[in-house]
Amino acid sequence: MTPRMSRRALITASAATLTLTLAACGSSGRTAGGAGGDGTLAWALTQGSEATFRASATEWNKDRPDSKITYQFFQNDPYKQKLRTAVGAGNGPVLFENWGGGGLKSYVDAGKVADLTADLDASPAWKNRIFPSVLQSATFDGKVYGVPVNGVQPVVLYYNKDLLQQVGAQPPKTWDDLLALVKQLKAKGIAPISMGGASKWPDLMWLEYLVDRVGGPDTFADIAAGKKGAWSDPAVLKAAQMIKQLVDAGGFAKGFTSVSADTGQAEAQLYTGKAAMLLQGSWGYGSINTGSPKFVSAGKLGWAGFPSVAGGKGDPTNIVGNTANFFSVSAQASAKEKKTAVSYLKDGVYNDTYVDSLLKNGDVPPVKDLDAKIKASANADWSSYVYSLARDAKNFQLSWDQALSPELGNDLLTHLDQLFLGEISPEQFCAQMDKAAAK
Amino acid sequence: MSTAKVSASARHSGPPFLMALPALLLFALFALVPMAIVVYLSFTHWDGLGSPAWAGVDNWREALTSSVTRNALWLTAKLMVFSWAVQTPISLLLGVFVAGKQRYRALLAVLYFVPLLISTAAIAVIFKNLLDPNFGLGAALNLPILGQDWLGDPQLAFYAVVFVIAWQFVPFHTLLYQAGARQIPASLYEAASIDGAGRVKQFWHITLPQLRYTIVTSSTLMVVGSLTYFDLVFVLTGGGPGYSTRILPLDMYITGFQSNEMGLASAISVVLVLAGLVLSLALLRFSGFSRMRSQQAGM
Repeated sequence: MTPRMSRRALITASAATLTLTLAACGSSGRTAGGAGGDGTLAWALTQGSEATFRASATEWNKDRPDSKITYQFFQNDPYKQKLRTAVGAGNGPVLFENWGGGGLKSYVDAGKVADLTADLDASPAWKNRIFPSVLQSATFDGKVYGVPVNGVQPVVLYYNKDLLQQVGAQPPKTWDDLLALVKQLKAKGIAPISMGGASKWPDLMWLEYLVDRVGGPDTFADIAAGKKGAWSDPAVLKAAQMIKQLVDAGGFAKGFTSVSADTGQAEAQLYTGKAAMLLQGSWGYGSINTGSPKFVSAGKLGWAGFPSVAGGKGDPTNIVGNTANFFSVSAQASAKEKKTAVSYLKDGVYNDTYVDSLLKNGDVPPVKDLDAKIKASANADWSSYVYSLARDAKNFQLSWDQALSPELGNDLLTHLDQLFLGEISPEQFCAQMDKAAAK
Repeated sequence: MSTAKVSASARHSGPPFLMALPALLLFALFALVPMAIVVYLSFTHWDGLGSPAWAGVDNWREALTSSVTRNALWLTAKLMVFSWAVQTPISLLLGVFVAGKQRYRALLAVLYFVPLLISTAAIAVIFKNLLDPNFGLGAALNLPILGQDWLGDPQLAFYAVVFVIAWQFVPFHTLLYQAGARQIPASLYEAASIDGAGRVKQFWHITLPQLRYTIVTSSTLMVVGSLTYFDLVFVLTGGGPGYSTRILPLDMYITGFQSNEMGLASAISVVLVLAGLVLSLALLRFSGFSRMRSQQAGM
């Protein structure tokens, strides 16, 4: 082979390689990986309501060969990044699951989400069956960009009835009760409260509830509106001081900062009798029930609302948590895809079989007039409690890390972690958050 | 002089430059182009959606002045030093030990190399569970000393990370030292024992000097590698508690993919690239890596 020939061959080969590479980059198309098959593509999460989604798609597709819904499922944390990358690159799905709040708003601000207000107004029966407090999480400037698709997830205080009985105590009604109870439990050698502190967001539930109980919902409304100095509000400072008080009193089980919330260890501490209480979202019931069905069926699991604070402005019926997960429709969808998506959200979601499927799973949908259905469901006690909690709440505050922008939410979690670790004082916490919010 | 001439003529008679073209094209497409884009992004504000907005030097000012990034740089440097100081002596001694020809040493060598076979994520998950204060090793064996809050205490978490990294990488470096030690000619040791040198003396005066270049290689890998520790720390602590294990690669990831500040994250990643370049150039220069010669001339 002469050098000249091989040179030409090489140029051809490398040109071919390059063309192929570029072609591969350009051919992925709208369905993001092409695994979607035919039908309108929906992206959703694996945990929680996956079974309900799957069943509803099967039922929906049976009679509608022309407007099928195709689901793809993803794990929670990778999903957030995959969705952002795909939507940013114009390869997103038609329907996507989200948490409402600041996360959804960043998509709305980028013009990636279709406005559903007109569709909802055209069908009052659809709009009116949903709890307004829940729909609020996906409403920006009076326009609705998403509808709830699974259950409400308020945060409640779980407790181990046996352990509270050992010290002869009732679940705490006020903050002072809680502090007294911590002392009693510690005297008996029982860890008062377990918490998945390594995941950081469980820390936030304490701050959310305390700020609400001390200052009422307006305090966070100011923060969310980006009001200057809102983090130094006396209510926030007081709440941060109360957290420090509880940490210093030894309220949280030893090593709480290395317990991960994702592995169910905090729940395990509760049902194995290592800790007496746990502040957790309503999904905690499912984790406990899976981890130790006997513990639940023997009636050893108790639940209560967050204690009130003497002299505080917040109504004790106020709750915090995730209002629900939402489905939003991509603004880049074709007219036909959008029509399919909207009619699925209207008629395929929260119909009778859908609601039954959610209830069977222990999920309580934010849909009006479900009392009879819930009474007949498998976890009737628990489900009715959650249902009435969500229905009667004066205010249902969306988790702050969801309500704020992802950027500020992330700073908040880290600074709060430092507060729980005792690395910064309550005053420093407020000052650092004001600084982060001003960025 | 003569070497210069040789290399100049080699340039003419060696394979044509075109042979490198496919590799260069791929390198340009997947390394240089993205890097250029990252440099561009570092001057913009971008949340991953919509289009990047020009930001001037905002991100750079933030990256160079923020206490978070500075802390991340400091932690990365500290991790580098600690990793080197912990891993080098252990793997050197282990490597020399398993270089011996005895059967039992071969068996032990196989055991030492097991961590090499486990993926990083698996190692991190395993240690996360072992180090758990409530359900981990300390609780299982009822040994309070092991039941410390290893990953939840800001003072301890960093050292726990150093330990787990050492556990993962010592086998690899042991392998390097084993190979190096086996290359040392037996005649050197024979001569030394005739001269009356004991084991310790032989180690200091023959093994160690002969392993000089292995030490350089292994140290380079450790130092440059410590800039890229990401997966293990991410799964083990996620950068926490607080900021206590938030090393530079993690800081970049969290800023970019959790806070969605792609511009700032790009600036951090440029810093990371520069740090890596400077370090490897410095190592090449000061270690004599580029001037390496055979140590066995005349044997």
